[in-house]
Amino acid sequence: MSFSDDVFIVGIGQTPLGELWDLGLRDLGLQALLTAVEDAQGLVPQALYVANMLGASASRQANLGALICDQVGLAGQAEALTVEAAEASGGVALQLAANAIRAGSADVVAVLGVEKVADIVSSELDAFVAQSLDADFESEIGMNANSQAALLLQRYLHENAFPREALAGFPMIAHANAVANPHAMFRRAISAEAYNKAALVEPPLNFYDVAPLADGATALILTRGSCLPSTLRAQAVRLAGSAVANSRLALHDRLDPLFFDAAALSSQRALERAGLSLEDLDFFEYSDITTLHALLSLEAIGAAPRGQSWKLASDGSLALDGSLPVATMGGNKARGFALGASGVFQALEATLQLRGKAGANQIPNARVGMVQSLAGNASLAATHVLTKPVWN
Amino acid sequence: MTDTHNHDHNPIHKPLKPVGITGYGAYVPRYRLPAKEVARIWSGGEGSLPIIEKAVAGLDEDVVTMSIEAARNALKRAEIDASQLRAVWVGSESHPYAVKPSGTIVAEAIGAPRSIQAGDWEFACKAGTEAMVAAMALVGSGMGEYGLAIGMDTAQGKPGDALEYTAASGGAAYIIGPAETALAEIVASYSYVSDTPDFWRRAHAFYPEHGQRFTGEPAYFAHITAATERILAESGYQAKDFNWAVFHQPNTKFPQRVAKSLGFTPEQIAPGLLVPHIGNTYSGSALIGLSAILDIAQPGERVLMTSYGSGAGSDSFIIEVREPILQRRHNALSTQDYIARRTEIDYATYVRFRGEIVIE
Repeated sequence: MSFSDDVFIVGIGQTPLGELWDLGLRDLGLQALLTAVEDAQGLVPQALYVANMLGASASRQANLGALICDQVGLAGQAEALTVEAAEASGGVALQLAANAIRAGSADVVAVLGVEKVADIVSSELDAFVAQSLDADFESEIGMNANSQAALLLQRYLHENAFPREALAGFPMIAHANAVANPHAMFRRAISAEAYNKAALVEPPLNFYDVAPLADGATALILTRGSCLPSTLRAQAVRLAGSAVANSRLALHDRLDPLFFDAAALSSQRALERAGLSLEDLDFFEYSDITTLHALLSLEAIGAAPRGQSWKLASDGSLALDGSLPVATMGGNKARGFALGASGVFQALEATLQLRGKAGANQIPNARVGMVQSLAGNASLAATHVLTKPVWN
Repeated sequence: MTDTHNHDHNPIHKPLKPVGITGYGAYVPRYRLPAKEVARIWSGGEGSLPIIEKAVAGLDEDVVTMSIEAARNALKRAEIDASQLRAVWVGSESHPYAVKPSGTIVAEAIGAPRSIQAGDWEFACKAGTEAMVAAMALVGSGMGEYGLAIGMDTAQGKPGDALEYTAASGGAAYIIGPAETALAEIVASYSYVSDTPDFWRRAHAFYPEHGQRFTGEPAYFAHITAATERILAESGYQAKDFNWAVFHQPNTKFPQRVAKSLGFTPEQIAPGLLVPHIGNTYSGSALIGLSAILDIAQPGERVLMTSYGSGAGSDSFIIEVREPILQRRHNALSTQDYIARRTEIDYATYVRFRGEIVIE
């Protein structure tokens, strides 16, 4: 196939994740973007979509398009802007960047996910992260995404009576996969015993059920098939289908809060646009913001029947050699959760898998991957299907 | 931390005239608040505790009264008259007055003459060692025979904050004088500072604020490590060349971890590690650890002390113990004598003692 009108990821770059005290938004953005441009053999972006959630609140910095453009020396050359869709900013920015290429408004586009959380104290940070919820009816009364996820998990445990310990597998898989990811925030495996002994954060969510917020940046360089230099073919990964879907913003407005309908819709449409189905997936980078998110994401895409996804955590299905590996480089839980940048991290990790460059975590013969980023408790979902192209 | 200001022309301090510790004295108030009592009130008794208990000043105690106690102990060990002092400096972050020196009250109470330097130092938890370096300079330059440097605090911790478990009262006083008659010679010191906003208290604020985990790696560990590594490198010593070491002790883990990473053994820091039993005495923290070491050290032994103050900086000292210590250290109560003098209080008594109950 020639794929001349298709969109390809041809360059990737990332910083480590963690509490990066010495690095601000501009430093993180510069590092990731320059690495990606270098990886794309110097292709210069004509547009830059910066995915970010908290720049304006946590760093008192809006206007990240201008900031990063200036920092990397693209002022006057690239049209740049910020994309904000809370924790799903990264997934949404990738779709907009792909649309710009499909619309013909640019041939080479960069997507930069960047987040900075460590410069403020946790009480302020919690309040800022809660901005993804309904300010009038949810965060105003002290709720945040984690406390909502805890309530939902309580209900899930009530409706689907199963041992609480069965959920240990989700963070265990994430942590096991992060060991070989040199950029991950927590590169150590955890035991079921450690999970079961962990202190409660928001009952019934414990310390290991909640993804740690992290500073970090990651960038992708996208181009159209017709513009793809032959020297980049070997590393090019095709963005086969993308879709953004929304649910009701406030949890109390949802008729069935234990079903992530936005996640279901967006994955169905993304697969449909790619001409693929769930069975074609070699791996799934889900949005494990909490263990509850992991459970409901798997049910939303149809990987398990309602109320049954907890079984996947312990039956080996989600491990690297399972039928649907997840969090292959650590996921939000162990790679680190860089909020608005997380969707771009997922796409980078999927690109590594499809390039065959995922090192010790490589899924053999990976050809199709799906990544999904969620805002809050899945009030918005952005899903992408990525494939390894087969050139004539 | 990226260090772009590590000027090589700024080596360790060695005064023109050799100086030392002529006398020293500790003071710890008798009241103890167990950390589990704080946990009982604020976390339902759950969670790990940073220390066992902390020392709390009584209703009639403050930085001035406690400094006077410690200074009198130091004078006893120095076997000099207060009239021989040329400076009385008090380092603290809990001076009773925002404007009006603690130093003059202490000086007058202990009988120091009027023609002296007196004043207060503030550098979070290293105000006491900063005063000590200044006293070294005063004596080492020949401007005065003896200088008194005190690190003393009645540290504040906001009710419910992590600091409430550890913010404690106590400290130590040091009379710096000529090395010839000293209990221990201060061979060298080295200081390392940067603008690192890890912990602060604004004017008119009751309680300090802090940057949570930012107080760790880029703050406490970066500065203590930089100061200690540099003084070791410049002096040609290694960790194993010291009999004892003491580091600023805001909780139990930090000094243990930094000691290990710098190559010191648990045995080297054991006698000076007082934080589990008295808490973090802030400006007094490293200095009272040193006083506990001097209480047991033998002539010829070598001691390393590195303080840490938020905001941020560390003073590192190499100290060698001299013969007169064997006689003169018995002139006053030892640090452990003060620690053993213990009256446990509950949280309600604690908040009354600390003035946390607002009565209009």
